[in-house]
Amino acid sequence: MEKHVVVIGAGPAGLETSASLAKLGFHVTVVEKEEVTGGHLKKWHALFPNLLSGKDALESITKGLDSTIKIQTATRVTGLEAVNDYFTISGHNGWQEKADAVVLTTGFQLFDSHRKEEYGYGIYENVITSADLEELFASEKEFLNRHGNKPERIGFVHCVGSRDEKVNNLHCSKVCCITAVKQAIEVKQLLPDAEVFCFYMDLRMFGRHYEELYKEAQEKYNIQFIRGRLSESTEDKEGNIVVKVEDTLLGKPLRIKVGLLVLMAGMEPAAGTKALTNMLGLKNVSDGFIQPLDEVLRTNNTEIPGVFVAGTCTGPKSVSDTLADARSAALAVADYLKS
Amino acid sequence: MTFDLFVLPFFIGLLFLLGVLVVKYSRWIAMMDASDRRKAGMALFSFSLLKTIKEIFMESLLHRRMFKRNPLLGFMHMSFALGWLLLIVMGNLESRVYSGGHINPPYYPIFLKFFIHDKRVLPFEIFTLPGFFRFIMDLILLFVLSGLVLALIKRTRSKWFGLKRTTVHNSFDKWAITSLWLIFPMRLLAESFTAGIYKGGGFLTNTLGSFFNLFLPLEYMAYPAWWAYSTMLGIFFVTLPWSRFMHIPTEVILIFLRNAGIEQGKYPGSFSEIEIRSCPRCGVCIDVCQMNQAGLTGSTAVYFIRSLRDQQTDVQLNSNCMMCGRCLEACPVGIDTLGLRVGARSVDNKGIASDFSYLLKQTVTEKKAEVVYFAGCMGHLTPGVKRAMLQIFEKAGIDYTFLDEDGSICCGRPLKLAGMQKAALKLVSENTVKIKNTGAKILVTSCPICYKVFNNDYQLDGMQVMHHSVFIDNLVKDGKLVLRPSDLKAVYHDPCELGRGSGIYEQPRNVLKQISEVSDVAEERANSLCCGGSIGDLSMNAIQRNVIRDNALNILCQSRPDVLVTACPLCKKTFDSGNTIVVKDIAELVADNMEPNKLQLHAAELIDQQCLIA
Repeated sequence: MEKHVVVIGAGPAGLETSASLAKLGFHVTVVEKEEVTGGHLKKWHALFPNLLSGKDALESITKGLDSTIKIQTATRVTGLEAVNDYFTISGHNGWQEKADAVVLTTGFQLFDSHRKEEYGYGIYENVITSADLEELFASEKEFLNRHGNKPERIGFVHCVGSRDEKVNNLHCSKVCCITAVKQAIEVKQLLPDAEVFCFYMDLRMFGRHYEELYKEAQEKYNIQFIRGRLSESTEDKEGNIVVKVEDTLLGKPLRIKVGLLVLMAGMEPAAGTKALTNMLGLKNVSDGFIQPLDEVLRTNNTEIPGVFVAGTCTGPKSVSDTLADARSAALAVADYLKS
Repeated sequence: MTFDLFVLPFFIGLLFLLGVLVVKYSRWIAMMDASDRRKAGMALFSFSLLKTIKEIFMESLLHRRMFKRNPLLGFMHMSFALGWLLLIVMGNLESRVYSGGHINPPYYPIFLKFFIHDKRVLPFEIFTLPGFFRFIMDLILLFVLSGLVLALIKRTRSKWFGLKRTTVHNSFDKWAITSLWLIFPMRLLAESFTAGIYKGGGFLTNTLGSFFNLFLPLEYMAYPAWWAYSTMLGIFFVTLPWSRFMHIPTEVILIFLRNAGIEQGKYPGSFSEIEIRSCPRCGVCIDVCQMNQAGLTGSTAVYFIRSLRDQQTDVQLNSNCMMCGRCLEACPVGIDTLGLRVGARSVDNKGIASDFSYLLKQTVTEKKAEVVYFAGCMGHLTPGVKRAMLQIFEKAGIDYTFLDEDGSICCGRPLKLAGMQKAALKLVSENTVKIKNTGAKILVTSCPICYKVFNNDYQLDGMQVMHHSVFIDNLVKDGKLVLRPSDLKAVYHDPCELGRGSGIYEQPRNVLKQISEVSDVAEERANSLCCGGSIGDLSMNAIQRNVIRDNALNILCQSRPDVLVTACPLCKKTFDSGNTIVVKDIAELVADNMEPNKLQLHAAELIDQQCLIA
């Protein structure tokens, strides 16, 4: 009999896992809480480091989906239980399935930038997040700030909700540094006359061609990188954002007025990730991401046989890392079901 | 017979104790500032002396505050303190019955039953003078012994006494308490044995004596028992000045000085020395200290004060305190635990140099107005609060100026809490000029930390200092601000510096009740919890703070409110980081729920009428 695998979450990780599992000959159902599949990627304009469009990336991933794969959207998983050698999974709308294995691809949620109140998100109109900026790029409208002005200066704030004890997040969200470099370049391409600043703690250019992109940002686009954490921002009468920051390389406090301030919101485990961790009784780790069986050798297995993980539910990842992780999870599932 | 050798341990102990006390008291008097000494001298002949006597009676003898905390705990302390004093006073009077009214040597009343065997009266003959004393002395002894029984029970059942945790005493204190506890059973035995032989005791000692006489050779045991009794007294008196029981002769001095209007002043000084020795190490401060939740059990007020007394101060211990004031609120002696902490920190941080060059670059508003608003550094870190206040000023039509609009200015309180008084005063004097330059009549601040220092340390020549919750309450009362009720379910968190620190509990609640349905929380007003974000602690890490925050959030959110409201930007920020409930400052909730006031309605009406006419 054909073995059945249920994949929870239809973002890039869930879709890629499903596609790979189907290719390996398994019957796959992927369940998604939203109406439309694609996760965060469907709102993302372009990906680093090659500026591949988010739309194209998602299309390519979706193309790999076999017609045998059942896609169950608009269904929030509310029950997941191990019964003998199979699992029963049920949704809030009465949907129910039995599965021989389960893959959790529940992903991340963006850090809620309201929680860094001192940066003014939700208080000052011209403070936006990196996700808002992607939507602005994707809309292909003229690049204006929320007051309808062309900003003369734009600031990017790194590590918003990441590496910050004060919001209980010690982890690095990994992708924001390079995203900021990418977005800064895109802004510069749209507004060549604008001055662009990046306020950072460290720049973690860990992937291939990231360092080159960072170099290009400085040399070709004249983007200014200032090492220092933002302390607070205020709004002036014209709606500009005045940021207070210390340049820790010069040892000087700075005050910079920008027309638009972009917060590089970090990744936190999605509410669904936390809920499923609790449902399964998986080990709870302080950062809330799911702990794989071994962080080096068994990155797609969990302590429960038959329950697998892929993508950002085990920690921040880029899209390319997520896709690789998803394919690797499919192999781990195959290994389990064929033995 | 009026003397026996066995009285010597007691008598020598007593003389020793009195000698030590005279030396200590004189040293404290010598250490005092001349002005304080003058105040104390005047207080001896003023009305405040009556207050002092009343307070000593209520607190040192009756232990009123202890009773309020827990009746068993209060009774235990009262039976020891009041009981022992009554034993001394009544014993003295009783001894005069036999000396024809003369004063006797101090040991004589203590050991009266050894010297006098009055067989004239029966144990319950309370209508004759000797009979009355016989009865009453046994009754008082029973009273004291009941306290001793409670003290023994407290060892294993401290929860019955309202104490989850009790003080861990050092070995010296254990010696002292052992001798104290043995005094009264020894007295009971000595008097009972003697009564067993001579039948000269009261209802208790006579009965016990007769009982013991059935099977014990009392004629051989009575004399050693008197020795034991005297020896226990002697040991207790000799250990007292270095044990926690030094609080007995010190607390009365503290009460007197406090009523004379003397404050802590310089540290270390005689007042702080007296406060340190007034701590009985009762441990009431332990349960209320939230630092315990984070595993920081060593820096609780009782241990902190002991470290000062033993001259084993420790920088870490001194700095590990949120300065929330819960121990101050709970302390039955009313020791200024926070003042002592600041004092100890001032010694630790003496070497830190301050650079004030940044003050030259500070710019403040030049606008003059009726009201000057000060957001403070925490106000700037919570722009929502700042924005709400500006909206409220506009709505109520207030002529205001925003002093630190251009960036935060430090009020000086963080430095003060770190014990850096001098540096703090530098900021205070700089800011005073800036504030006065606005010509305002009212200074409104959003931060209770700033509010407290403005109130206590600034000389603003009659300018009124108001926390924004009070200012808003006044606006509402004056009809300048009209609030719209909502169906929000709210709970209010009293910030430490605003509630316990400044006594402001009602105004924020008045305002909040107009907007939302407010439910009570378990720990509120003077018992309010610290949010954990305190700037008073100089060494706690984020994980420890989070434990304290989450415990507080748990208690605050028990009624499952829609919103947790506070009146301090620091509390707001701290609770917000817990990410469990919507947290708002009272100003934000007010700004969200404002209606046009009468003046604005009238103006709108006029416009409407003009439109109609046109």
